[in-house]
Amino acid sequence: MKKMTKGRLFFQIINYTVLILLSALCLFPLLNILAMSFSSATAVSAGKVSVWPVEFNTYAYSYVIGKRDFWNSLLKSVERVCIGVPFSMLITILVAYPLSKERTQLRLRSFYSWIFFFTMLFSGGLIPGYLLIQNLHLMDTIWALILPMAVPVYNIVLMLNFFRGIPRELEEAALIDGANQFQTCFRIYVPCAKPSIATLTLFCFITHWNSYFDGLIFSNFPESYPLASFLYTVVVQRDMSLLSMEQIRELSLVDDRTIRCAQIFIALIPIMLIYPFAQKYFVKGMTVGSVKG
Amino acid sequence: MASGKKKVKNKYSFAIFKRELPLHLMLLPGLILVAVFCYTPMAGLIIAFQKFIPSKGMFGDQQWVGLGNFTYVFSLPGFNQALKNTIIIAFWKIILGLAVPIIFALMLNEVQRNGFKRTVQTVVYLPYFLSWVVLGGIFLDMLSPSTGIINQIITALGGKSIFFLGDNRYFKSTLIVTDIWKNFGYGAIVYLAAILGIDTDLYEAAQIDGANRWRQVWHVTLPGMRMIIVLMMVLSLGNVLNAGFDQIFNLYSKAVYESGDILDTFVYRLGLIDAQYGPATAVGLFKSIISTMFISVSYWLAYKFADYRIF
Repeated sequence: MKKMTKGRLFFQIINYTVLILLSALCLFPLLNILAMSFSSATAVSAGKVSVWPVEFNTYAYSYVIGKRDFWNSLLKSVERVCIGVPFSMLITILVAYPLSKERTQLRLRSFYSWIFFFTMLFSGGLIPGYLLIQNLHLMDTIWALILPMAVPVYNIVLMLNFFRGIPRELEEAALIDGANQFQTCFRIYVPCAKPSIATLTLFCFITHWNSYFDGLIFSNFPESYPLASFLYTVVVQRDMSLLSMEQIRELSLVDDRTIRCAQIFIALIPIMLIYPFAQKYFVKGMTVGSVKG
Repeated sequence: MASGKKKVKNKYSFAIFKRELPLHLMLLPGLILVAVFCYTPMAGLIIAFQKFIPSKGMFGDQQWVGLGNFTYVFSLPGFNQALKNTIIIAFWKIILGLAVPIIFALMLNEVQRNGFKRTVQTVVYLPYFLSWVVLGGIFLDMLSPSTGIINQIITALGGKSIFFLGDNRYFKSTLIVTDIWKNFGYGAIVYLAAILGIDTDLYEAAQIDGANRWRQVWHVTLPGMRMIIVLMMVLSLGNVLNAGFDQIFNLYSKAVYESGDILDTFVYRLGLIDAQYGPATAVGLFKSIISTMFISVSYWLAYKFADYRIF
């Protein structure tokens, strides 16, 4: 290996230091939350906790796990993800496949593309969207959280670009063998695009899991909030009116800060679990799909 | 003769239609969903010109007021403030959102150890995937003036504690910094990919010509990234009125409306809290039209100069 000059060495030291600091800056808030959730209330309010639990205990978690509202909202989120993600993935594939065809195969292709593309340019905005859900009587149903997000146009663009990368010969061979378009799509294209479908499924999952605003405005009752919306009320709004007297008495036993931290951390677990898998693919997804040289 | 020809053509189109039918059918569910959940709200924007009474229904027999809602909202002091805040916050987020990831990508590119590189990447991408609800909770806690860890550090160093989320002097900067913090790692992905795509022969040639590392960055790496930088700059134009609703909704409070209220939060309060549907839709329509113009221009420029097409 070549020997470094003094200036180069100096630069490298600075460079590594800055990068390590940046990484620490990204990780610190999360470690802080984790440490606080496992610390005692007194240590937290005395400000003694940074990245390591002080006076380790799991009271906050046992309190959260014993709470009905928390389980209700968690169930709602699970329901939302279990219906919403497969549903929008199916739509994504069904839309991306025809749009990945050449004009000679689907003459209205550019017309259809414009219909979908236009929704990226212009939108009705918050109020008409809200009134629509109300007028369709979808308030407080799971469909209010699923249907408006069912056509993720950006994901469709990524998907159709992957489909375009699949050699035409495969499709021709399938058609000659007597397969129809549905069979070609689901038996040939979908298996070929497995990695990209996996990536988009993860993206879709993260979007659904993290969405809180639709849950807030499309539910009249806090009991039917999904987890992210529930978290908004306890973590951001810190709304005490939702709690009963008994719960407030309980709260004074365990510090509400540690409980907030525990809830934040539980909501983070699914993201953390799939993050390593998502990370493997999304770099490819970002660069292949969105940027064509 | 002519009619015979036409007949043949008709037969031909029918054959094409039959052949394409499965593709049309596949598109159908998506088209229906888009028609209902994207295009119907667009049509619903007519509420902006009505004195809207919810009980009459979305496309019911409402009273038309022309541009009345617009003159009303434009006269509200909150509107001008929200518009000004939106532009300022979005402007800084765009500028720093371009510069920080580029600098970070260049720095990371100087790292030779692959393990270190990958670890840093994994860590800095993470915040992008967390929701603003979670991060809002975390920042409310960390930036609290009395118990927050940041202010504990500041006071330990002899400074005065700062109410980052409750003081109009600091709120905008706090928004911009935390937004960059969340997104810079993810934003760097495209630049790192562009750097990887640069022909390594160019670096060798530069070395032979006696260029040091700085000069190599200046004359090889940066020109190699030029296309993607231009493209990202152009595309970010579309965000001129996007100051980041999710972030601000989770971090702001009444005390900082003056510095942190943006058009989207203004619409939310006017429409869904005060139930003034007509005026709120008017603000939404105003924002949509301007945004659409900027987004269209940005896509057009991207197509013109970088041959960028999304469909």
